[in-house]
Amino acid sequence: MASLEVKHLVKDFRLQGGRGKRFRAVDDVSFTLEPGKTIALVGESGSGKSTIARMIAKLETPSSGEILLDGKVSATRGRGLASYRHDVQMVFQDPFASLNPFHTIQHHLERPLRLHGRVKGQVEADAEVERLLERVSLTPASGYARRSPHELSGGQRQRVAIARALAPGARFLVADEPVSMLDVSIRLSVLNLLARLQREDNLGVLYITHDLATARHFSDEIIVLFKGKIVERGPADDVIMNPQHEYTKLLLSAAPNPENHGRLRAEVLAEMSLGPQDAGRDRFGTRGM
Amino acid sequence: MADDIREQQLAAQASGGGIAPAQIIEETPTAVLAGKAAKVGVWRRFGQLLRRSPKLAIGLVMVVAIVLFTVVVPFFTASPFALDNASLLKPGEDGHLLGTTQLGADVLAQLAHGGRGSLMIGLTAGAITVVLSVFFGVVGGYLGGWTDEILFLISSVILVIPGLPLMIVISSYIPGRSIWLIAMILGVTSWAGSAIVLRSQARSLRNRDYVAAARVAGESPWRIIFVEIIPNLLPLAAAQFLFAVVAAILGEAGLSFLGLGPTGSVTWGTMLNDAQQGAALTRGAWWWFIPPGILIALLGGALSLVNFSIDEIINPKLRTGSAQAKSVREARRKHKESRRAAKSARAEQKKVTS
Amino acid sequence: MNPPVAAQGSHRADGAVRAAEPVLTARNVSIDYEVEPAVHAVRDVSLTLHRGEILGLAGESGCGKTTLAYGINQLLRPPAALKAGTVTFHDHDGTDIDLGGLHGESLRAFRWDKISMVFQGAMNSLNPVISIRAQLFDVFTTHRPGMSKKEKEERSQELLRKVGVDPNRLDSFAHQLSGGMRQRVMIAMALALNPQVMIMDEPTTALDVVVQRGILREIMRLREEFNFAVIFITHDLPLLLEISDRIAVMLQGEIVELDTAENIYENAQHPYTQRLLSSFPSLTGERGSFIRTGEGA
Repeated sequence: MASLEVKHLVKDFRLQGGRGKRFRAVDDVSFTLEPGKTIALVGESGSGKSTIARMIAKLETPSSGEILLDGKVSATRGRGLASYRHDVQMVFQDPFASLNPFHTIQHHLERPLRLHGRVKGQVEADAEVERLLERVSLTPASGYARRSPHELSGGQRQRVAIARALAPGARFLVADEPVSMLDVSIRLSVLNLLARLQREDNLGVLYITHDLATARHFSDEIIVLFKGKIVERGPADDVIMNPQHEYTKLLLSAAPNPENHGRLRAEVLAEMSLGPQDAGRDRFGTRGM
Repeated sequence: MADDIREQQLAAQASGGGIAPAQIIEETPTAVLAGKAAKVGVWRRFGQLLRRSPKLAIGLVMVVAIVLFTVVVPFFTASPFALDNASLLKPGEDGHLLGTTQLGADVLAQLAHGGRGSLMIGLTAGAITVVLSVFFGVVGGYLGGWTDEILFLISSVILVIPGLPLMIVISSYIPGRSIWLIAMILGVTSWAGSAIVLRSQARSLRNRDYVAAARVAGESPWRIIFVEIIPNLLPLAAAQFLFAVVAAILGEAGLSFLGLGPTGSVTWGTMLNDAQQGAALTRGAWWWFIPPGILIALLGGALSLVNFSIDEIINPKLRTGSAQAKSVREARRKHKESRRAAKSARAEQKKVTS
Repeated sequence: MNPPVAAQGSHRADGAVRAAEPVLTARNVSIDYEVEPAVHAVRDVSLTLHRGEILGLAGESGCGKTTLAYGINQLLRPPAALKAGTVTFHDHDGTDIDLGGLHGESLRAFRWDKISMVFQGAMNSLNPVISIRAQLFDVFTTHRPGMSKKEKEERSQELLRKVGVDPNRLDSFAHQLSGGMRQRVMIAMALALNPQVMIMDEPTTALDVVVQRGILREIMRLREEFNFAVIFITHDLPLLLEISDRIAVMLQGEIVELDTAENIYENAQHPYTQRLLSSFPSLTGERGSFIRTGEGA
């Protein structure tokens, strides 16, 4: 049964300054990613979502817990790791930083193709690179292959990053805030691209974001993280329309919503008419909401 | 491996509380020539570079001139060891354009051949320095862990050992010293500073997303070091190389002046040593020691100019002051010109119609 | 020091923008970057800011919104230059001040006193080596030389309280404060001299949504109390739709639409505005242009 399962993941970091003091970034997180489905990991900074992404991409080792690919514990080195990387890939947040400014787009796409034995010889490699570029709607492909990252816009670079992630023939994709650094009008087209590729390849996608709106429309299941712990999970629509946990409710009410035009002002005026108060800090560390 | 740096970031995030990374990347391509798909030729780009940076142009011209001097002139002069008993310690005259030494050797010949010697030592020592510093710096910086600790320890120890005394000690042990030996001594004693600089750069680069992406794609660490990291260190390595060459040329001059330079070869340094031994200063034989001194200074200065301009090219922020003001002046001048042209065109028209 | 004018609030409780007096008028402003070839960052922009109003300036990167803000505040540096247009400030005592005519001393006296600005990336604009107190005091020393140390201390504490920061943090340094708190301190500094206009350039962009909400609440409250006008610059259109009275949408240096928030939300006229709106899928409503099961990418 194809799946990418994360079981009781924990990640501790040693802090400088405090002798041996540990900071628990991820605290007992478990979930299962299935082909053709999208899970959104939603949380603010410090929630641990990026750390989870890096552990799944094998850029960090978990302090405890397991990552299982197709039911078997995944390797951390050697051929086992190479085979894992064939199936599990990552799209990074910063479209400029994730492409090496020194190399052409051709290089970026050809390397994973060669590393995973998807092509033999230069002719095949060129053809496959062009095919990948066409899949992410970067045409004419040959023109793009020749260019360097700084000649492309942010949206185009992110498409290249997606193409690179697909090159090994991945079945599971971790997308770490793939559109948060793109211009607003480009975001939707890149998300639509990811959705199309998911359909075509039956990919399992882990969509990491702090934006609840796109999480809702882009994913099947939403997992809400707070300080490394899962506080709520469920089908996307349920979590958004019928949140159970306080923190989820807090996030939802904090998100800008044009439907609430004027409400903040009314609340503020009401507060002010009650006279000066010292609104205490609630347990989420905000000064009232 | 990446844990120690990552943890700092996370700890900062945790205590910073509430900072989400969200700068937006501009949608328009950042390259100025983005509209034109054709790639500008390498030579044209080089020409543009020279025009933009007078430092680079001046430095390169001087370096090329001196190199040409040392390469071409030896074909037209006598051997630097040939002694002309007829003219001893004479200033410039027929047959000896720059005069002779006290033993009758032609100063110009010595200058040209000596230049070859100095340059070879400089370049070789520079190359040795760069290779060693890249190995100790980049490999350690990228791999981290125990490898890094050991390599860094070695670099630090070598760094602290005083270079010149070490060179003197090594040199004085070996009676017959070739140019290559001197180059090696110079190279082996001066790589440590460069290694530490490259190490810190490599450490910062290893946290870049494109390095992480290469790891996720499955690249081996050695390929990452050579294909992903080192190319991005080339400008820095080039600057370190030029520093090393200048230091080696000066170092060789120093060693030779102390009589510990290459035996049996002529370099600018040995010329200075000979001149000092022959009391050229007291005897007023300026044509003997001033030319090599000037050439050492000129070559060192020219290479440094090239180095500074590399700095400006790598870090565009260093350019802003003069380049920006210049482009504004340019634009204003063009604007004024076009206005003047329009005015005179109108005046012409008036004349015609009136 | 100007006393707060809260008692004379110039808008009604239901939030509608009355035909209040204008406090800032920009007419036909054009700003160019004088390079080869010239970049027309702002083209013939006219807008009026009313007293106590929140005017949202929306647009993507490169549209000129930040350049316009800098231009209004006379903060442009070469190669940017104001090529045409006037910016007039209507003081509450009735006088009109042409910002273009201010230079040197008069400009310095004007700045921060009448119009202040919270810059993009403001969280990193605090001086890391001096305390918060020292920085607040700097503002007073520059603009209110007559203030005694005691008065500065009182005012600084009051300001921090007003923005929701514990006055004890005056002794802290920038790195000891969280991002949200640093932003609040920047707002306190902008508020120090009771300006009549505050220009905020992406003040909450780099903050978590919960912290952002807190800061917005603070800004709203301060606006009610001190009745300053706000030009709120951001690319986050839903945010502007929620809190602004009016919104100006900028594209490539021009204002393509300028209307009340409700009108823009319900009945946007310009195709770019419509496109921008559809880029933000609604949290609780329709998917908009977001297609998960369809085609097109």
